[in-house]
Amino acid sequence: MKAVRFYGTEDVRVENVPDPEILNPRDAIVKVTTTAICGSDLHIYGGYIPTMEKGDVLGHEFMGEVVEVGRDNHRLQVGDRVVVPFTIACGRCYFCKEQLWSLCDNSNPNAWMAEKLYGYSASGLFGYSHMYGGYPGGQAEFVRVPFADVGPLKVPATLSDEQVLFLSDIFPTGYMAAENCDIKPGDTVAVWGCGPVGQFAIQSARLLGAERVIAIDRFPERLALAASKGKAEVLDYEDIDVTDALRELTGGQGPDACIDAVGLESHGTTLDAWYDRAKTSMFLATDRPHALRQAIGACRKGGTISIPGVYGGWLDKFPLGAAFAKGLTLKMGQTHMHKYMPALLERIERGEIDPSFIITHRVTLDDAPEMYRTFREKEDACIKVVMKPGERTLAQ
Amino acid sequence: MEETMYSLDPQHESTSYAEVERWVSLASATALMAYGFSRRTLPGFCLAVAATPLAFRGVSGTWPRFNDWGSDDTRVALSGSRGIHVRESIRLERPVAEVYRFWRNLENLPRFMTHLEGVTDLGNRRSHWEAKGPAHMKVEWDAEIINEVEDKVLGWRSLPGSEIITAGAVNFSTVRGGRSTQVSVHLQYEPPARRAGALVATLFGRNPASMIREDLRHLKQLLEAGEIPRATGSLT
Repeated sequence: MKAVRFYGTEDVRVENVPDPEILNPRDAIVKVTTTAICGSDLHIYGGYIPTMEKGDVLGHEFMGEVVEVGRDNHRLQVGDRVVVPFTIACGRCYFCKEQLWSLCDNSNPNAWMAEKLYGYSASGLFGYSHMYGGYPGGQAEFVRVPFADVGPLKVPATLSDEQVLFLSDIFPTGYMAAENCDIKPGDTVAVWGCGPVGQFAIQSARLLGAERVIAIDRFPERLALAASKGKAEVLDYEDIDVTDALRELTGGQGPDACIDAVGLESHGTTLDAWYDRAKTSMFLATDRPHALRQAIGACRKGGTISIPGVYGGWLDKFPLGAAFAKGLTLKMGQTHMHKYMPALLERIERGEIDPSFIITHRVTLDDAPEMYRTFREKEDACIKVVMKPGERTLAQ
Repeated sequence: MEETMYSLDPQHESTSYAEVERWVSLASATALMAYGFSRRTLPGFCLAVAATPLAFRGVSGTWPRFNDWGSDDTRVALSGSRGIHVRESIRLERPVAEVYRFWRNLENLPRFMTHLEGVTDLGNRRSHWEAKGPAHMKVEWDAEIINEVEDKVLGWRSLPGSEIITAGAVNFSTVRGGRSTQVSVHLQYEPPARRAGALVATLFGRNPASMIREDLRHLKQLLEAGEIPRATGSLT
């Protein structure tokens, strides 16, 4: 089958690889009808994610049709149309039972690797390094889905692929980011980063009752989308001092909650941002937390910092003193997908939100290498790329 | 992990020495130690410490043995705190009775212990074990269960004549208010002094604890999730 494979920093290729097979009793094989490039795939593309190996199949946002099921999978049938969560969870361990699905104990075959780096391992992920399991990803014609009796969500034929595809990651991720803000009526939420997760965080904050949402970015098309679809007030950080502007907009109090939807490759125009760039380019630091620093500085006393943006290693000059002094709450982590997907599908069915508003580019799988570059450079006003693998049947 | 250099060995207590010789040893040792310690100097301290084996001889009637790998009886080779000790534990969301039952059926063990090729229950609490050794060599040994309390503990030791000298115990307990089960393994084996010991060392890798930890993780995955996760065709 055709698949998008990682070969190194800024090097992805579309190649033929063997079709996936059922390996475990609860597996399913899904024929991918639509897949997408995620902003976090760009962290891999940029060489920031450790334990990637040459030839790894990328992609963790995908949906499609079930073409084969394992003998212990009694929930799915061949022909079911499903969206697959990017986190893999067994559904039976302590963490799954506690609704902490992205921290599943049993889905990462390489848990020992993550334990070396983090103490304990989170769940396995599709196409996101060997430390997270080494599972081949969904930017391919077919995918093997482990624990497919708890993960994939069946979707009704009345909704198009583009309307439900983002239930696989970015919509629930933006939603959990907003939910982590513990929004009360009248609250103001500031969102750093107006990429896809930021856009969904903005809309979700609105759905959860935020009175005002302030969006921060530097790309006009992203700020325009935040303003038009998310009804956010927008700040271009290249034009103004974000901290001052937020103080002014909130009567000197600061936003009640701040969302960092940027993550480890943050850009900035201030001194600390250049310091981060210098240190990471000399391998003296792993992550560039400029947006996070600014969010911590801007947040009101007793407020919440919610971090859906991905971090991987060690942060330098992390203002813990400010967070402590102001009594902030920090919430973060991979999304507990399985907890949010059914309720968010209902919101889509009720017409409260149509996630397809985010799509700017529709291409085939063959265009992946070019689209990774376009998305990364944010050329052509690129915000979200979806790919159609095309028609092929599984070889038996 | 710990290793002890010598220990009091009950088997050798009966070794006969003239009472008078033992008393002379003890008296000399006491005098040397008293003198040495009373000097309150480094040489004095060294002298006192050097007299320790003599004192040992005075009490037990035999010289302490610093290198006794002569017996393949686990009660000798692994007595007290001797041998290499590995302790690992894991929690799982299954009833303690189910976990105990699964483990007590020793033939289940190769399903989650990747270095085991097979375990045959010989009946009468005895079992035959086969493991993958280095360079495709097979290591075999017989073991017997020496302690068994249902849903609580399972202890075993290898039998004399085995290629491996090992003993251990698994403790099963309920935790988190009875909602979860904790399995704690305490494994002991002879350090790599002889061929068999070296084989065991290779078997368990440079870090035996990490191997046992992986095995316990597989046990948890098998019992909780019903399968051991894998990203490729082979379990590694």
